Amino acid sequence: MEDLETFRQQTHAWLQDNCPPEMRQPVQDDEDICWGGRKFRFRSEAQRQWLERMAERGWTVPEWPREYGGGGLSREQAKILREEMQRLGCRVPLQSFGISMLGPALLKYGSEAQKREHLPKIARGEIRWCQGYSEPNAGSDLAALQTRAEDRGGHFVVNGQKIWTSYANRADWIFCLVRTDFSAQKHTGISFLLFDMETPGVTTRPIVLISGKSPFCETFFDDVVVPRDQLVGELNGGWEIAKYLLTHERDMISAIGSRGFRQPLGRHAAKAIGTDAAGRLDEPMLRAQLARFEIDEAAFGFAGERVRDLAKQGEGIAAFSSVLKYYGAELNKRRYELLMSIGGSDALEWESERSHQGATARAWLRTKANSIEGGTSEVQLNIVAKRILGLPGA
Amino acid sequence: MAIVLNDTQDMLRDSALTFLRENAPISALRAMRDSGDPVGFSRELWQRFADLGLAGVLVPEAYGGSGLGVVEAGVIMEAIGRTLAPSPFLSTAVIGASLLTHYGSDAQRDALLPAIASGRHLTALALDEAGKHRPFRLATRATPHAGGYRIDGTKQLVVDGHVADTLIVAARTGDARAGQATNAANAVNAAGADDTQGITLLLVPRATPGVRIERVVLADATQATRIVFEGVQVPADAVLGAVDGGGALLERALDIGRAVLSSELLGIADEAFARTLAYLKERRQFGKIIGEFQALQHRAAHLFTELELTRAIVLRCQQRLDESAPDGPEPLVSAAKARAGETATLAVQEGVQMHGGIGMTDEFEIGFFMKRARTAQEWLGDANFHADRWARLRGY
Repeated sequence: MEDLETFRQQTHAWLQDNCPPEMRQPVQDDEDICWGGRKFRFRSEAQRQWLERMAERGWTVPEWPREYGGGGLSREQAKILREEMQRLGCRVPLQSFGISMLGPALLKYGSEAQKREHLPKIARGEIRWCQGYSEPNAGSDLAALQTRAEDRGGHFVVNGQKIWTSYANRADWIFCLVRTDFSAQKHTGISFLLFDMETPGVTTRPIVLISGKSPFCETFFDDVVVPRDQLVGELNGGWEIAKYLLTHERDMISAIGSRGFRQPLGRHAAKAIGTDAAGRLDEPMLRAQLARFEIDEAAFGFAGERVRDLAKQGEGIAAFSSVLKYYGAELNKRRYELLMSIGGSDALEWESERSHQGATARAWLRTKANSIEGGTSEVQLNIVAKRILGLPGA
Repeated sequence: MAIVLNDTQDMLRDSALTFLRENAPISALRAMRDSGDPVGFSRELWQRFADLGLAGVLVPEAYGGSGLGVVEAGVIMEAIGRTLAPSPFLSTAVIGASLLTHYGSDAQRDALLPAIASGRHLTALALDEAGKHRPFRLATRATPHAGGYRIDGTKQLVVDGHVADTLIVAARTGDARAGQATNAANAVNAAGADDTQGITLLLVPRATPGVRIERVVLADATQATRIVFEGVQVPADAVLGAVDGGGALLERALDIGRAVLSSELLGIADEAFARTLAYLKERRQFGKIIGEFQALQHRAAHLFTELELTRAIVLRCQQRLDESAPDGPEPLVSAAKARAGETATLAVQEGVQMHGGIGMTDEFEIGFFMKRARTAQEWLGDANFHADRWARLRGY
């Protein structure tokens, strides 16, 4: 095992040589992100090159095993790679649900054939995945899902509907929870299927939110034929895989709470609104709210850091991700309420160039979903109550 | 640095807690209150604290102390918070020891630090002059006189003032900003940076003629004092630090005091929460354990979340104070004290409420936590004071 310091030097050198300068500018918007997939059009040659070079090393998924397209790096090495990328300002070359959600699930539950078939394509950004979980009548109570998959021996026939499928209209494949046993208790009749979005019978319809356009879609399945070897894990054993995946999703979303606005909110307000003769924000009640918010934001950051420190020492708190998801989402809503308040009527503009097409107002509305998606705040509190505090009940 | 106690700090906390649970249970606080004890804490307990090295936690080893830091003082205070043990720890071992260690002359340190560490000398900070904490709004004056100073003024909430051997008094020796009234009723004038000018700290033996002490029992059964200084004469070497330079000293010592007090608030909150959680799991009504009711589950889970956030920021602020040399006001201290006050307030409020009728009885113990939290919240600046200070230090 080579020396970590050598690895750091080599990594730094390689990144210097191979990360195009354009890929060292911060991502400005969603369009700048490289999602990969068959339908993806690269914004520039630099973006394509960056993906190719990193994928070749397996550094799009640094800790995955080499035989599946990963970098085969240890945890320490992966940390060094992240640090060196940060130091040079290198963008993440590829973002996808394949990397963050399906990949880990396949590594744990998939067959050898499934891993060899799907993981390298995720790593190279060739296939883009979407997640078929929630249904109109199965949101918080996901286990109540009704999309039906009839077992015909060599294949399944899927009928039903999913909702809140992010980027379904841009994805190539879907990992989907279906019901394969209607007689069993609800958790025990669920299976985990993979299939191509181009399969006849699959249609999507985008959902417009109160904030405007969104990546969410409704997805409809009309007699969709899915080969049996695309079943992951056991028949009727899909709920366990779903839960495993949901924890990864929760960690992803709780990162939202700690993603700070560029400038501390209080100083931003002082610049935007002005100060009195004593240097205090010229809106005393808002000032009090901002101080309270910044204090809570600081405490939230330290709480996350502390629990990571505890985990490193082997003393992590189980289900703590629910604490962070709950508080982080509520904190983000408060952040945008304050931003709207700071902006006043300027922030109300919805279409102007000046307001970047209502960027603040749209973001404010979009944050209302933070406490709903990835498990509502109420569900997170249930989890904390039962799993951490040991309070009784199902 | 990891936001986690190291093994030594963990052990210190555990041993302090075990010691206090055994030697200062809440029944002892109750007995002290009911007997009208004029001291308000156990001198024997304080002596044993000293023997264990706890009274000298912040005193350098050269002066017979343990030479430890704010984090260590914090874990001791957390144990005090969990057990509500009355003690002069904050006044003497934290504030007094910090001021003397960082700013005392050699003579002052030699005379007082070893005595503090061995439990033989107590101090009390005489600072506030009105109901709300305003450390730099001072009317008490120290006028040059007879080769030393003459002190005139009044102080309130001088915790342990009735038993302190030395009072550490904050007085005006110079003017604040020109044209600024020192009238405490001038509510428009908030404590700005300039107000730290013209302040001097003086060491005044309690028995000095002219020091009139009124012992005041507080709602939480602890005791503070109102003190009138009438022509109190002290020598020139009673000055701690530089003349007119007391503002900066005070700022730093208060920050250490606030950081440690935050640990007491956290301990109070933790204990109140632990007792409440236990009650939720055993109390039956409507044919169920009440902990099954979702509304209570959500409130308990929310309170747990607030506790974890407060725990992290209190520890981080204490580590920050230990990491850096004394250098101006530390905003994280205000963040920690503000949060600790509010989290403790929530915890004791939920504590009484969730216990139902029994929580309102004097016989039950949860009420003691509510009362102590109120005092600790108010002392050295409440949540409002510190939210304002945070904003000021962060430029708005």
